[in-house]
Amino acid sequence: MAARPFPLRRAAFSDALGWVAVALVSGFILFPLLAVFWRAGGASLPGPADWSALRFTVLQSVLSAFFSIALAVPVARALARRQFAGRGLMITLLGAPFILPVIVGVLGLLAVFGRSGIVNQAMAWVGLPPVQIYGLHGVVLAHVFFNLPLATRILLQGWQSIPAERFRLAASLGFGPRDVFHLLEWPMLRATLPGVAMVVFAICLSSFAVALTLGGGPRATTVELAIYQAFRFDFDLGRAAVLAVIQIALVTLAAMLALRFSLLDGFGRGLDRIPRRWEAETWPLRLLDIVTLALVALFLMLPLGAVIWRGLAGLEGLPPPVWRAAAVSIVMALVSTVLAVGLALALAHLARRWRGIEAVGLLGIAASPLVIGTGIFLLLNPLSDPSRWAFAVTALVNAMAALPFALRVLAPALRDLEKDFGPLADSLGMRGAARLRWLILPRLRRPLGFSAGLAATLSMGDLGVIALFADPERATLPLQILRLMGAYRMDAAAGAALVLLSLSLGLFWLFDRGGRRDADA
Amino acid sequence: MKPHLMIAALLAAGPALAQTPELTVYTYDSFVSDWGPGPAVKEAFEAECGCTLNLVGAGDGAALLGRLRLEGARSEADIVLGLDTGLISAALETGLFMAHTIDADLDLPLEWNDPLFLPYDWGYFAFVGNRGAAQPADFRELAASDLSIVIQDPRSSTPGLGLLMWVKSAYGDEAAAIWEGLADNIVTVTPGWSEAYGLFLEGEADLVLSYTTSPAYHMIAEEDDSKVALPFREGHYMQIEVAGKLAATDQPELADQFLRFMISDAFQAIIPTTNWMYPAVMPEAGLPKAFSTLIQPEKAILAPIDQADALRDLALDEWLRALSR
Repeated sequence: MAARPFPLRRAAFSDALGWVAVALVSGFILFPLLAVFWRAGGASLPGPADWSALRFTVLQSVLSAFFSIALAVPVARALARRQFAGRGLMITLLGAPFILPVIVGVLGLLAVFGRSGIVNQAMAWVGLPPVQIYGLHGVVLAHVFFNLPLATRILLQGWQSIPAERFRLAASLGFGPRDVFHLLEWPMLRATLPGVAMVVFAICLSSFAVALTLGGGPRATTVELAIYQAFRFDFDLGRAAVLAVIQIALVTLAAMLALRFSLLDGFGRGLDRIPRRWEAETWPLRLLDIVTLALVALFLMLPLGAVIWRGLAGLEGLPPPVWRAAAVSIVMALVSTVLAVGLALALAHLARRWRGIEAVGLLGIAASPLVIGTGIFLLLNPLSDPSRWAFAVTALVNAMAALPFALRVLAPALRDLEKDFGPLADSLGMRGAARLRWLILPRLRRPLGFSAGLAATLSMGDLGVIALFADPERATLPLQILRLMGAYRMDAAAGAALVLLSLSLGLFWLFDRGGRRDADA
Repeated sequence: MKPHLMIAALLAAGPALAQTPELTVYTYDSFVSDWGPGPAVKEAFEAECGCTLNLVGAGDGAALLGRLRLEGARSEADIVLGLDTGLISAALETGLFMAHTIDADLDLPLEWNDPLFLPYDWGYFAFVGNRGAAQPADFRELAASDLSIVIQDPRSSTPGLGLLMWVKSAYGDEAAAIWEGLADNIVTVTPGWSEAYGLFLEGEADLVLSYTTSPAYHMIAEEDDSKVALPFREGHYMQIEVAGKLAATDQPELADQFLRFMISDAFQAIIPTTNWMYPAVMPEAGLPKAFSTLIQPEKAILAPIDQADALRDLALDEWLRALSR
C-alpha cells in the first residue's frame, strides 16, 4: 500500500462537499433529537420493561445479522462463479423482499411457513407435527428473508470487484478452490462482510412490525415498541428520546466494531473481463452451487410467489387512488435517489481517509423514525405548517434511509478506484469536474447504478419512512396499501402491493441495467 | 398501526389560506382515506356550510392526541374527531377542549352526558370467526378450548387496548388468571388491527379480535356471510368514538355547526358502511339490511372514564406478566 495514496492538494473542494454532507446527515438526525429532549424538558430513564425490550432487540438483531450474512456468502459465491440462464433475473428478483411493505412480506412468509402454509401442509401430508413460526426463530427467519437478498447483492459486488485477471493467474498457478478462497475471496470478504453485517444489524435494531407480529407476544417487545409506548401511553418524550439515543449508540458501536474488523486491501485493477473460474469447474462444487441457489430461490421465491399470486387476484379493479399514489411514489423515489446517491458519493469521498465517516451514513436507519419525525415536527411547527414540507421532508428521510446502502456499495468502490487510478489521474492533472467526468463516473458506473437502484427501491418501498410524512392529497403507495388493509380491503391491498413490487423492481432494473450496460454482470 | 404512521400523522396536511371560512378537523388516518367516511363527509358539510372543511389525518386516535399535545394551544385544529373512550381522560388533562353547545338525542346503549365530547359512532369489540366453527360463549370457554386467536398489542392498538379493558372490567382481580388461560390460545399479538385481521383471513388463526360489525363488511362488500362475531356472556366492551371542540378555535360557530352536522342524518348515514360502526344517532333510513343479522350483545361494558387510566396501567402489567412467560 502506498504511504500516501491521496495527495493533500486535491482536497479543497470535494472535501468541502463531503463535510457539507456530513453536517447535513448528522444535523438531520441530531437536531430533531435535541428538539424532542428540549420539548420533554430533559431525559427520563427507561424502566425495567424497556431494558428487557433492549435485550431482546439486540439479541434478535445479532442473530438476524449473523444468519443473513452466513447464508449470503455461499449464495453470492455461487452467483459470482456460475453463468446460467435466468441469472440476471434472479439477481434482479433478489431485490424484491426488502422493498415489500413489512406486512405484505410477512403475509407472504406465512403463506409458506404459517399455520396453514405450504410447509405445514407438507408436514401434515407426511404425518409430521406442524412447525410453529411464531417466536424468536420466526423473527429471525423473517429478518433473514428481508435482508439475505440485500447482503447477497452487496457481497456479489465484492466478488465482482476481484479482477478476472486474478482468477486467471490463480488458475495458471494451479490454485485449488481452497487457495482461491484464502488468497482472493477471504481478503474480499474481510473487507466487505463486517460492513454488511453492520447494516443488517442496524436495520433489525429498529424492527417493529416484524418482531411483534412473528414474535408471538410481548416477549418479543422491541425498543421501537417501547418508544411507541412511551409516546402513546405516557406521553413521555424524554424516555422516547433516551431510547432513541440508545439505538443510535448501539449502531455506532456496531459500526466501530465493523470498521475495526474489516481489513482493507484492494486487488488492484484489471481489464474488466468477466471472470472465468477454472478452480470451481468441478462437479462437487457445481453441485454445491446448484443446491445453494435452488434452496435460496425456494426460500425467497415461494413467499414472493404467494405475494404475486395474491396480488394478481386483487389487481383487477384497483381503485384510482392506488394509481395516483403509485405516481407520487415514483416521483418521490427519483428525488430521494438523487439525494441519496449524491450524499453517498460525497461521504464516500471523505471515507477514504476517515473511515469513521461511514458510521455517519448509518444514522438514518439507526434512529427511531417516531422520535426523529416528532423532532422534525417540533422544529418545523413554529415556523410554518409542517404539511407544506411533507414532500421535502419525506424525500430527505427516504434518502437518509437509503444512504447506508448506497454508501456500503460506493465507499469500497471509490476507495479502490482512487487507489488504483488516483496516482495516474493526479499525474495527468485530472481534477474536479474532469476527474468526475473521465475517471469516477465511467469507472463507478456499475456501483453507481446499483446504489441508485437500491436507493430508488428503498424509497419506493420502505413503508416506515414513506408513511412518516403522509399528505392526504398525495398519499404514497405503501400508505394506500395500509389504508386498504385498514378498510378490510385485503384483496385490493394485495393487488396494490403487487403494483408496488413491480414498479420498484422496474426502477431497480432500469438503474442497475444502466450501470452495467456494457458488461454482463 | 406503525409508529411511522403516527408521524404520518404528525406532519399531515393542515389548512391553506383561503377567502371562505375554514374549519380544520384533526382526525385519524382511516377517516380521511379514500375508503373512509372523509370524502363523503367533506362534500356533504361543504354543501351546507359555505366553508372549506380541512380534514387532517393523523395516524390513529392515540397519535391524534399525541399531535395535539405537541401543538398545544397553537394548534390549527378547530375540532378533534376520533378520540375514543379510552383516550378521553388524557384528552381532558390537556385542558385544550371546551364544552360544546349541542343538545343531542343519542342512540347509545349507555347514558352519555359528557359536556366536552360528543359521540359520532360506537361499536362493540368481539372475536370474529368463521361460521360453522366452534363458538365458545365466554372467555373461560375460549381459554379452555384449543381455538387459536390473534389479538393486537394494547400498547400500539386501540382494539388491543379494548380487549385488555374488556377482560379487566369483566373479571377484575381474576383478569390475570384469564390471560394465563388464554396464553396458549394466542397465536401472536400484532401491532395493529390490519395485521391481525389479515392474519385471520389468511387462516393463521380461528378467531381474531375485531368488532361485532365486522361481518357486515363481508356481507355488504363481498356478499360473503361466512364470518360471524361470537356473543360472549360477560357482555361486550364498547368503543365510543367522540369529537371535541378546541378552546383555542377561531371558528367557534362553525365548529358548533360541524358538531350539529356530525349527529345529523347526512353524516350519520355515511358511517355504517365506511367506518363499519354503529351511528350515534340512528339515520331515518335505518341501518343497511346486513346489520340486522349482527349479534346484539345483552350487556354493554365500559370502564368509567375517570377510572380508565388507572385500570389500564394495572391491566397492562397483568397482561405483560401473563404473556411474557
